[in-house]
Amino acid sequence: MSPGAHQSAGALDFAVVTLEEVSRSFGRRRALSRVSARAAQGEILGVLGPNGAGKSTLIGILATLLRPTAGRVRYGDAAADAGAELRARIGVLGHDLFLYPELTARENLEFFAGLHAVDDPRAAAHDALKRAGLDARADDPVSSFSRGMRQRVALERALIHRPRLVLLDEPFTGLDDASASALVARLRGLRESGAIVIVATHDLELAEQLLDHALFLREGRPAASIPRPGRLRAVYQEVMTNPPDGARS
Amino acid sequence: MTGPAPAPPSGSRFARSVWLVLRKDLTVEVRSGEIAYTTLFFAVSCVLIFAFALVKEGRAPEGGAAGILWIAILFASTLALGRGFERERQAETLRALLLAPVPRPAIYVGKLLGIVALLIAAEAVLLPLVAFLFTARLFAHPFWLAGIVLTCTVGLASVGTLFAAMLVRARSRDMLLPVLLYPVVVPVIIAGVQGTAALLQPTVDLEIVRFWLLLLVTFDVVFVVLALWTFEAVMSD
Repeated sequence: MSPGAHQSAGALDFAVVTLEEVSRSFGRRRALSRVSARAAQGEILGVLGPNGAGKSTLIGILATLLRPTAGRVRYGDAAADAGAELRARIGVLGHDLFLYPELTARENLEFFAGLHAVDDPRAAAHDALKRAGLDARADDPVSSFSRGMRQRVALERALIHRPRLVLLDEPFTGLDDASASALVARLRGLRESGAIVIVATHDLELAEQLLDHALFLREGRPAASIPRPGRLRAVYQEVMTNPPDGARS
Repeated sequence: MTGPAPAPPSGSRFARSVWLVLRKDLTVEVRSGEIAYTTLFFAVSCVLIFAFALVKEGRAPEGGAAGILWIAILFASTLALGRGFERERQAETLRALLLAPVPRPAIYVGKLLGIVALLIAAEAVLLPLVAFLFTARLFAHPFWLAGIVLTCTVGLASVGTLFAAMLVRARSRDMLLPVLLYPVVVPVIIAGVQGTAALLQPTVDLEIVRFWLLLLVTFDVVFVVLALWTFEAVMSD
């Protein structure tokens, strides 16, 4: 079933997200400079680059948490200032997990399901815990979970309202092989269900299994934009050793 | 799998969001006890120190009980206010709250009610303690006292919650919060002290108490409306 299948009548929906010459500065420091990209329904766009390349800033802008200082982001026909209606269609898994450690996994999921006006938060949390393979630990506080378990709860938290646009910032950090493979499978499932998935990562091996399109950032500038990237490590090294002016697509 | 329900009317959506944030804050606090214990410990210590310094041969200075009660509440509330938003910053849950499709002022009201509930719980311990240590007839007019305490607490917490939210990303937020908060809430605290002191007079003039109570209600309305109006802007990038 498509992620948008249960949205309320008249709710904002979109099939494509477009970045048009997006720049963002923090004081004098320019974190992003004239980044353009496009991600469509049923696609996974990877944002690749070393630390400090501007990946998290880009995710923050797409999530509407940050405003671009120049350029614009379009969600279908809607602009980023569409407010709560737009936020209802976005799910974010940040580098920090956005979970309350004192609350149980179930309480966390029910709380966020409630905030997103999911019609039955209890059932949604129950389903999410099953998908995460954590139904046996549902009533344990999140503080007692390993990093991998917390990451699974956080992913379900980000997806509990079935967002159209799924944004993930370094989702593979701290995961063992089994958890990383499970996450790859989950992201593929999202792609098949018609979500727009944007992943910021520097885990090239895992990214190579997933991406339909790769956007390389270097020092906040787009260094290359490559569809269906293969041999990602070789491409990455080539892109990162060339100056940003040599951006290619 | 369940999805978003048809959008409820905005008023009930607001109230539901307030309730969710409040319930979450109280659940976290019941589990950790962090804010309640530190606030209470600080406030009780403050009252005890003043009591040992000022009460001589069982006699407290006139008006001392009211002043010390509100000084203890003001200082203790600063701890509670700072911690209330610091908690949202630690796992960046504040970002998740801001990403939720709820009216942002509802987040403010939920946080405000949580702080007010914690301060009232602390005051429930402080009031009898102050009454005992300063031999003050605080409970002679319980309804008027409840009115003064509630309105003064709301006034203090409404400004404090807004400033704590504003400072959540500031590096020196622990220092800045009292620096910003105290000058703004001085009128609220003065009204609280005067209203409480009026209740401690041998012959209580209810007209004076009513005046201070009305002033506190006015402060509350102004501060809460201003905070609701500015919260969205304060929390935006």
